[in-house]
Amino acid sequence: MIRIEKLHKSYPIGKDSLHVLKGIDLHIKEGEFVSIMGSSGSGKSTLLNIVGLLDIHDEGEYYLNGQLIKDLNEKKAAILRNKFLGFVFQSFNLISYKTALENVALPLYYKGMNRKERLKVALDYLDKVGLKDWASHLPNELSGGQKQRVAIARALVTNPKVVLADEPTGALDTTTTDSVMDLLKDINDEGMTVFVITHEEEVAEQTKRIVRLRDGVIISDTLTKAAKAQ
Amino acid sequence: MFDLDRWREIFQSINKNRLRSVMSGFTVAFAILLFTLLFGVASGLGNFFKSAFSDDAQNMMLVRVWKTTKPYKGLQTGRAIQLKNTDYNYVTEEYEDQIQYQSARIYKNFSIKYKNEASSYSVRAVHPDHQFLEKTLMDEGRYLNNRDLREKSKVIVIGRLVKKDLFGEKPALGKRVNVNGSSFLIIGIFSDEGGDNEERIVYIPVTTAQMMYGNNDYISQINLGYNPNLSTDAAIAFGKKVERDMRKRLNIHPDDQSALSVRNMAEANKFVGILMFALYLIIGFIGSGTLVAGIIGISNIMIFVIKERTKEFGIRKALGATPGSIIGMVVQESVLITTLAGYFGLTLGTYILSAIGNSLEETYFIKDPSVSPGIVIGATVILILSGLIAGYVPAKRAARIKPIEALRAD
Ligand SMILES: Nc1ncnc2c1ncn2[C@@H]1O[C@H](COP(=O)(O)OP(=O)(O)O)[C@@H](O)[C@H]1O
Ligand SMILES: [Mg+2]
Repeated sequence: MIRIEKLHKSYPIGKDSLHVLKGIDLHIKEGEFVSIMGSSGSGKSTLLNIVGLLDIHDEGEYYLNGQLIKDLNEKKAAILRNKFLGFVFQSFNLISYKTALENVALPLYYKGMNRKERLKVALDYLDKVGLKDWASHLPNELSGGQKQRVAIARALVTNPKVVLADEPTGALDTTTTDSVMDLLKDINDEGMTVFVITHEEEVAEQTKRIVRLRDGVIISDTLTKAAKAQ
Repeated sequence: MFDLDRWREIFQSINKNRLRSVMSGFTVAFAILLFTLLFGVASGLGNFFKSAFSDDAQNMMLVRVWKTTKPYKGLQTGRAIQLKNTDYNYVTEEYEDQIQYQSARIYKNFSIKYKNEASSYSVRAVHPDHQFLEKTLMDEGRYLNNRDLREKSKVIVIGRLVKKDLFGEKPALGKRVNVNGSSFLIIGIFSDEGGDNEERIVYIPVTTAQMMYGNNDYISQINLGYNPNLSTDAAIAFGKKVERDMRKRLNIHPDDQSALSVRNMAEANKFVGILMFALYLIIGFIGSGTLVAGIIGISNIMIFVIKERTKEFGIRKALGATPGSIIGMVVQESVLITTLAGYFGLTLGTYILSAIGNSLEETYFIKDPSVSPGIVIGATVILILSGLIAGYVPAKRAARIKPIEALRAD
């Protein structure tokens, strides 16, 4: 599903440049549940942004769903994101003046689905994350855990190939963290490829494979106990 | 543009952010309001100028004579000039193509009597076309016709106030009145927008007057309506030509203004035209200046708003919004705000103008100020264009927003 070879990424800082990713090789197959771990500044988000087509790499190759990602213009990237990828962010990133239902339906709007249909589909997904009754509430009327579940419903609503989550539990307490992770596990059990960034050991333990980054290189890539147990 | 979902998105974002939408629309609304008021007032002034002359035909031209004030070809100063039928015939035949209406006029002042009521009135002996030149409005009966003139009939058309003086509320049409000793049949009663003086007048056929009072072919003045197809400048030139011609014909010094003059409405029309043009130019200048300020205002506020909504646009892009769809959304929002605000200004302006109505005529010479449908259509086009211009820069900025920067967790 995702294949990365000798990937490099630098950010220009003034005259110098900051070499963030220094030759990453990573292969994630369909249906995997992978977490990326590493200390702050190790390049986790940079990697996820490149995988999520929100940023472009400098060197190396990236194949998404078998397609070589190269020379994408913004429009093409937007269409691919809409089609293949679902995003979950640490700070939820819901649109404040839209209801939970409208937030979930938004990716379908950019897909070109008509309003009636997309609200129906969105409601199904809200139901799936257990928030059907909160459909008409605005984000500021929801708890952190509820917001993140709305965001997960939004990431799933287009039925993407991969769900990318950048520290999805970073802003949540332990109980809500568990409920969000349970939800991600359920999604993975249904066959969805899930790619999570975290720096919490307990969160990573709940995925099936842990990739550790340090200073822009992968230092370890192991299966978790949960995966071995299967 | 007619994507209903896009409109719904925009209405939602405007509705959820009412205050800043109203704020950004304010300058444009103000610009259009100002423009509407100025324009309405100017057109009111124009209406006033026009109506100041409009109890007579707009194309009227009068040939009038007095005494000479310059000696010419051995003729002395102080000679009274007399117009005659031959002069009238000469002008009307020579310039047939340039003339729409033609009438001679003889002034008399006679006592008119009906039963025991009698009073002195100004009597005008005229041709049938005079009705159109003077814009005489028939209340009852008819005006003089060619047959009356041929037969030198003793018929009379009396003004509304003459009828009131002599007949009160009783019917007058078909009755006979005594004019300076002769009996005349009343064939019509008229009114005139030129005021009371113009309604205390009677009209009789010019031929009848010449036969009865002096048995000559004298006339007091020649009234013409120049061909309305003539341009204002051509009509002015025509008037000058008639003036030169008549002076020559009557042996008057070419520069003797006091002996013979042609009063030409075309000259007044030209003056009003130039005045209105200048006025509209100034208003156009002020109006477009304010509108430009409004456009810049909307654009600035929208740029600010885009900054405020950076995160939202970042989210939309991450979820699959193309740069084109973001540009479309912002521009459309700008056009909508501009147009709504503009219409608000226009409606308010038109409402104020209609409330003013004619109440300013007396003091400020503004009559029936209003905005024509042409202006409304023009304003719509201008507003949409303004919205496009105002939305362009903010839209470009919105499209340039990078999701990774907008969504960074901090
Ligand atoms: N757009 C950017 N411009 C410059 N430097 C950046 C940018 N994004 C990230 N960085 C830097 O790159 C490094 C890696 O960042 P990031 O991938 O966000 O790390 P992590 O998510 O692991 O904390 C950090 O030092 C960060 O400051
Ligand atoms: Mg990070």
